[in-house]
Amino acid sequence: MSTQSPASQPPSGATQADIEKKRGSFSSRNVFIFAAIGSAVGLGNIWRFPKEAFDNGGGAFMVPYIIALLTAGIPFLLLDYVMGHRTRGSAPLAFARTHGKTEWLGWWQVGICFVIAVYYAAILAWSLRYTIFSFGKDWGDDPGTFFGGDFLHASDPAKGVSTDFVAGLLIPLVLVWVAVLVIMALGVQKGVGATSVIFIPILVLAFLVLVVRALFLPGAVDGLEALFTPDWGALSDTGVWAAAYAQIFFSLSIGFGIMITYSSYVGRKVDLTGSGLVVGFANSSFELLCGIGVFSALGFMAQAQGLQISEVAAGGPGLAFVAFPTIINEAPAGVLIGILFFASLILAGITSLVSILEVVISAIRDKFDMSRIGATLAVLVPATVISVFFFSTTSALHVLDIVDNFINKFGILFVAVVSMVVLVWIVRALPDFVDHLEGSGSIRIRGWWPALVAVITPLALAFVLVSDFIDTLETKYGLPDTDYPDWMVNTFGWGLVAAVIVIGVLASLVKWRPDTNLSIPAIPEEENQ
Amino acid sequence: MSATALIMMIVAMVVIWGGLGLAVVNLVRATPSSPSPIDEPGDL
Repeated sequence: MSTQSPASQPPSGATQADIEKKRGSFSSRNVFIFAAIGSAVGLGNIWRFPKEAFDNGGGAFMVPYIIALLTAGIPFLLLDYVMGHRTRGSAPLAFARTHGKTEWLGWWQVGICFVIAVYYAAILAWSLRYTIFSFGKDWGDDPGTFFGGDFLHASDPAKGVSTDFVAGLLIPLVLVWVAVLVIMALGVQKGVGATSVIFIPILVLAFLVLVVRALFLPGAVDGLEALFTPDWGALSDTGVWAAAYAQIFFSLSIGFGIMITYSSYVGRKVDLTGSGLVVGFANSSFELLCGIGVFSALGFMAQAQGLQISEVAAGGPGLAFVAFPTIINEAPAGVLIGILFFASLILAGITSLVSILEVVISAIRDKFDMSRIGATLAVLVPATVISVFFFSTTSALHVLDIVDNFINKFGILFVAVVSMVVLVWIVRALPDFVDHLEGSGSIRIRGWWPALVAVITPLALAFVLVSDFIDTLETKYGLPDTDYPDWMVNTFGWGLVAAVIVIGVLASLVKWRPDTNLSIPAIPEEENQ
Repeated sequence: MSATALIMMIVAMVVIWGGLGLAVVNLVRATPSSPSPIDEPGDL
């Protein structure tokens, strides 16, 4: 296959500068970096990393984790950056401009983003309500029962999807969507960029206060000891290495269009490699801070209840909505801990949700030449309706659990591996990517970077993907905790994963407008001086 | 807290937070941030 089209001017009368102004852009490199950090830093940093580290060798986990950051995370981030920055387009347009027959990969990524946005908003809505609950510790003495019963009104999973709406889920969910609608309608700089520039410093500050408070709780040292005591034997376990690569991959927002879209909005003279290093390390820095804060709090909880750390260690919604309320009940100044923790979840989550939706909006605008407001409504109205229908009912938790598991493992991870293999080994775009990164970066990447993205990263991610696939086939998803009906797993799990691929292929068959430039855009004169 | 756990925690902090510091210094030295030539208003 030939690699690419030569740089060219758009076929229409509009100049490339006009087109890029119309698309919108970040006003500076720093806004781009804040937006990328805002996307990467999300719920996974707060509730996934600490448990993953604890379960996979404790302090020893840091070794594969840092190696994974350097050999897969940052290299993949740079691959996304160069795709968007070189082609100046959303994910589908970036793939189409790299090679015409790869556009479907971009739409596959867009579909995944739409699905994630629909349920991600629900978690933000829960966090919003729990921030308010924190003031009065409204969950009472048994936060576990409160979460599943009084709050979610969770139905029996065996009964499938429910249409019984819960007002306590519906109202905050609608509020989240309205807030996101306003942000997205404001545009790339004033909406997407400004949200991260304002929220990320507040998030870091809030979490720092939380960590300092947690460190002074009785038992905090025991929690840190549990988190950081190394089990060196774990390093010989391939599962631990797979967990480290998976954590880095899922945490950095790579491989599903976000970083492609964001890098298409930044000026041509930006230092892509230098920016990538900052974003990669900033994400891990916050993740480490989360580990320290969460395990200090869990150490306190274990001591207060006379339990082992392993008995209270939790991740995901169990950590946020059950373990933390328990900590807040028993800790001195628990209300402060609660407000800081749930506000952090909202801030981290909203910047990530905005980045996920921008992938979809940007793609729709590029393909159909829609206005910002028009594209925002075209994406957010159906997303809100679907989100409200599935995630403000009594079966919200069950549907969310299945969709989240499958779309992450067999959506994001699958498209990442496939697109990497296609770009590197079939389209053979790497030499052009290397030239572009060398031309715009402060760090020399020729030699080591191609080796990593051509061999090490796809092999590592493919190993994780295959392991997850075999594991899912061998065990019935949901067991032993929840016994979902087969049709539910097949519909919201495998079915959704397959549907996103089919929709991606179909969307790529829709013709571009005749005036769309499908070649690598020429550099506008004012930027070339 | 055991010495091993303490050392691992410090090593992780130095490598990750130190790595962030070095990355920021490299970025600032290599290319000072400047506004994009593509100014906002567009985006409509």
